Amino acid sequence: MLNFNNKSKVFIEFETENQQLNHDNSTEENRLKLYSLTISEVRDLLERKEVSVKDVVTSIYERIDAVEDRVTAFVTITKDEALKIADRVQEKITSENIKSTTSLLGIPLAIKDNMCTKGIRTTCSSKILSNFIPPYESTVTSRLIEQGYVLVGKTNLDEFAMGSSTENSGFHITKNPWDLESIPGGSSGGSAAAVAADECIAALGSDTGGSIRQPAALCGVVGLKPTYGRVSRYGLVAFASSLDQIGPITKNVQDSAILMNIISGHDPLDSTSAPLPVPDFTAVLGQDMKGIKIGIPKEYFIEGMDREVGISVRDSIKKLDSLGAIPVEVSLPRTGYAVATYYVLATSEASSNLARYDGVKYGFRAEGKDLMDTYLNTRAQGFGAEVKRRIMLGTYALSSGYYEAYYKKAQQVRTLIKRDFEEAFKAVDVIVTPTSPTAAFKVGEKTADPLQMYLSDIFTISVNLAGVPGISIPCGFTSHNLPIGLQIIGNHFDEESILKVAYAYEQSTDWHKRRPNL
Amino acid sequence: MRYEAVIGLEVHAQMLTDAKIFCGCSTKFGSEPNTQTCPVCIGMPGVLPVLNKKVLEFAIKTGIATNCKISPYSRFARKNYFYPDLPKGYQISQYELPICEYGNVEIVVDGEIKKIGITRIHMEEDAGKNIHEGGGNYSFVDLNRTGVPLMEIVSEPDIRSPLEAIEYMKKLRTILRYLGVCDGNMEQGSLRCDANVSVRPLGQKEFGIKTEIKNLNSFKFVEKALEYEIKRQIKILDEGGRIEQETRLWNTERGITEPMRSKEEAHDYRYFPEPDLVPITVEQRWIDEINESLPELPDKKRHRFVSGYGLPEYDSDLLTSEKPLADWFEMAVSLGGQPKAISNWIMGDLMRFLNEDTKTIEECPLKPKQLVDMLKLIENGTISGKIAKTVFQEIYKTGKDAEIIVKEKGLVQISDSGAIEKAVDDMIAKNPKEVERFKGGEEKLMGFFVGQVMKLTKGKANPQMVNELLKKKLS
Repeated sequence: MLNFNNKSKVFIEFETENQQLNHDNSTEENRLKLYSLTISEVRDLLERKEVSVKDVVTSIYERIDAVEDRVTAFVTITKDEALKIADRVQEKITSENIKSTTSLLGIPLAIKDNMCTKGIRTTCSSKILSNFIPPYESTVTSRLIEQGYVLVGKTNLDEFAMGSSTENSGFHITKNPWDLESIPGGSSGGSAAAVAADECIAALGSDTGGSIRQPAALCGVVGLKPTYGRVSRYGLVAFASSLDQIGPITKNVQDSAILMNIISGHDPLDSTSAPLPVPDFTAVLGQDMKGIKIGIPKEYFIEGMDREVGISVRDSIKKLDSLGAIPVEVSLPRTGYAVATYYVLATSEASSNLARYDGVKYGFRAEGKDLMDTYLNTRAQGFGAEVKRRIMLGTYALSSGYYEAYYKKAQQVRTLIKRDFEEAFKAVDVIVTPTSPTAAFKVGEKTADPLQMYLSDIFTISVNLAGVPGISIPCGFTSHNLPIGLQIIGNHFDEESILKVAYAYEQSTDWHKRRPNL
Repeated sequence: MRYEAVIGLEVHAQMLTDAKIFCGCSTKFGSEPNTQTCPVCIGMPGVLPVLNKKVLEFAIKTGIATNCKISPYSRFARKNYFYPDLPKGYQISQYELPICEYGNVEIVVDGEIKKIGITRIHMEEDAGKNIHEGGGNYSFVDLNRTGVPLMEIVSEPDIRSPLEAIEYMKKLRTILRYLGVCDGNMEQGSLRCDANVSVRPLGQKEFGIKTEIKNLNSFKFVEKALEYEIKRQIKILDEGGRIEQETRLWNTERGITEPMRSKEEAHDYRYFPEPDLVPITVEQRWIDEINESLPELPDKKRHRFVSGYGLPEYDSDLLTSEKPLADWFEMAVSLGGQPKAISNWIMGDLMRFLNEDTKTIEECPLKPKQLVDMLKLIENGTISGKIAKTVFQEIYKTGKDAEIIVKEKGLVQISDSGAIEKAVDDMIAKNPKEVERFKGGEEKLMGFFVGQVMKLTKGKANPQMVNELLKKKLS
C-alpha cells in the first residue's frame, strides 16, 4: 500500500508485490507507478499538477517495455506520436489552466485496431489491410481527440473482429495477463489484455456478439457494450453493421461511465446513431440500490457452464440482494436460438461488408493473370481461415433459394429475441447473467472446433441481437486465479441502470482491485 | 402468323442534385477522373452512407408526377456483385420496399391516348466507370460517377411497339425535365434504359419468353434495338425455335443485339436490407408540401392548351413537350398574339432555326414580344405574310425589332393603289402575249401575273390589292 502523495487526499492502493515504496514524495517513484491508475485518478493528479502528462505517458511506455513482449496486446505502438501529443496537451493544461475533470486531457488510451485513426495504420489484424493507413478519423476517436486523449497504440483483435479468443489475428496471438498460456478472450482481446496488464489507462473495444464483454470478463476488467445506436460506428471497420457497437474497456465502472459520456451521442455521419440526448452517466454512480429489480433468466444457468463461474454468479446475485436489490426470475425463452440466429445474420452482413477488400483500391493485392484471378488470389491470401469461413456461410445464407430459409428466418427470430427482452424488462430493471460460460481457456484449446468457440459467446450474443446494452464486471476468480465476469443487461438506452448496479456491486467487492502478476 | 410485341422499360435517370446520394461530393459531369470522390463514395473501410434528403424529395416528386403511390415506409437494400467500378462490392439500391409504386403516364400515339403503367420507382447509387485505354493489359477506373443518385423507373409490360416505347421514353423525359429532377441528356448518360422484350402470337394472353437489352442510351438506339430484337424473336418462332431467356447488348456498329449472358450465368445479387441506413419514413404532410410545390405537369398543360387556346392536340403536345417552350408560347399569347398564329411560327420557322443552330428555346435570340410585334405588322397590313418570313429571319439573326428591320430594308408593303396600278399596267404592257392567252381562257396564268407584279415591286405590293386590280384590268 502506498500513499501516493501526502498533499493528496487520494489514497491509492497497489496490489503489486515487491514494490513497497517509501512515503516520500519522489517524483521518480510516482512516475513509475502511474500506469496502474484509473482515468479519474490520473485526472486528479494532472489537475493538481503533481505529475505531468509526459510522466503519465512515459510510465505507460515503460510498462509496455516491461510486459508487452509477454502479453503482445498491440498491433501498432504509437510512442513517438504519443510523446509529441503529451507535450502539446501539457502546454494546454499549463497555459490555459484547464480543469481536466470532464476531459481526457493527457489520458493514455489504447484503441482496438478496427477503428480508423487518421494517418495511423489500421489493420483489423488482417493481412488484407496490413498496409492500410486511413485518411480519416473515426467519430469515436475524433471525440477522444477533442478531449485531449493520448493514443498509446492500436490493439490486437481476431481478424475483422471475428472470434472469441484473439487467436484469429492475422499477425499474432495475445495472451491473457492472468495466465500467459491462456487466451484473453475476443475479439477485443488486445484491448482487454492491455487494460488488465496496465499497458494503458483504459481502452476502446467493439462488440458484435460479445467482443467487449467476454474478453473483459476473461481479463478481469470492466467492458460495456452500449445500446445499438448509442455510439457512432463511423470509422469502425464493419463486421456486422446491425450488431457492431463500440464501447469502453476500463479498470473500473467509473471510468466506463466517464468514457461513455464522451463517446455517446448522435453523429450526422452515422444514420443508425440515435438522435437522443446523452445523460451524464457518472451521475447515477453511487445511487441507492433499494428496490431495483434484478432479473435472473432461468435459461442462462445451463449445463456446460463452468461450476466455479456458476458459484461466483450466484454469490454476486446474493451480494446484490444484500445491497437492497430484488432478484426476480425471468424467462428469455428464445435464448436457445440466439447463437444460430447470430451466425446467420452476422455472417450474411459480413459477406457483403468484406466484399470491398478486392485488391483493386487499397490494401493487400495478389496479382493474377486477369481480373478474376486477382480477385481470387487477393482474397484467398489476404483473409484468414475464420474470415473466409464466415464469408462463405453468409454468402450461402443470402443466396437465391436459401434467403427465405436462412437470412429471412433469422431476422424473424431476431425480432422474437428482441421481444423476449422487451417482455422481461416490463418486470425488471436489469438482467444479470454470467458473461461467459467459462473463464479463460488455453491457447489452442478450441481452435480446432469452431462451434465450441462460437458457444463461448452464448450469454452475450442475445444482447447484440436485441440491441440492448450490457456490461461485464469482475465478480470472482477461479481456483486457478482466472477472473470471472458478471454481465448486467439493461433496457434500450438505459445504460444508466446497468452502470448504477455495476458500480454498487463493484464498490462492495474487491475483485476489480486485483491485478495480475506480470 | 401475326405477332405482337410486349415491351417493358427500366429507365435509369440521373438526378440533378448538386451532391451525391450518400456523401457531399459534387455530381458535376466531365471533371478530371477521381477528383470528385471521398472515403464514403469510394467505399473505404469503416465509412457509412448518409442519405441526401434532396434525392428522396426528387424521387417523391417523380412519383407524384407519374401518379404513383408514395410509400410511407421504404428502405434501401444491398445488391452484391464484384466489379472494379463498384468500390464497395455492392450497390446501395432499393429492392423489396421501393419509394414509389403503382403509377402510370399517358402517351399519345396516332392521336390516341394510351396509359403505360409504372410498376415502381426506386432510388439507387450509380457505379463508376472503367476506362479501357493505354493499350496495356490493364484498365483505369474513374469513380467520379460512383454515388451519383439515380432513379430507376420500371414500367409494366404495357408497351406494344418501338414507337410506343419512344413515346413513353419521351414522355418520361418531359416529366423529369419539367420537375427539374433530371436533365434528360442521353448523350451524357443522364437518361438510359434497359428493355425487356418478348413477342406472342396476336390474341394470345400469356407472355412469351423475354430477353433483356441492356444500356440503350438514345431514342434512336431504343427504336432500332427493339425493332431488331422483335424481328429476331419472330424469325426464331416462325422457324419453330425457342427464345433463350438472356441478357443482350445492342451493338451500335453492326445494328444488332448480341447475347451478353444467359439465364444460367445471371448474377445472384443476394439482395438484403442495407443495415447502414435506417428505413425511410415519409410523412403525408411532406408529400402534400412537395405536391403543392410541383409545376403544372405536361399532361395538364396539354389539355389546357387545347381547351384554353383552341389549339389542335398536335400543337399542344409539341408546345408542352418542354416547359420553357410552353412558357415562351404563353408569354407571346399574354402579349396579345393570336395563339394559333404564334403556334404556327414556333412550330415552323422558329423550331427550324433553333434546330439548325442546335439551340434551345432558352437560348433563342428572338423574344416573344418581337414575334407578337411582327404579327401586329402583318395584321395592320404593314408587311405581307410573305415578307414576314424574311423579317422573322432577320429578327432571329440580328435581334433587331421587326419595325426597324422593315424600315431599314424598305420592306413596307405597298398599299398605295396608284403605285400598284402603275406596276400592274407596266406588267400588262410587258406581257402582251400572256394577256392575250389569259383572255382566251388560260386562267391559270393569273398566278404568273401576280408573280410578275410582285417582282416589279420587289415583293412589297399588297397581294390582295394586286389580285383585285389584276382582275379588274384583265376582265
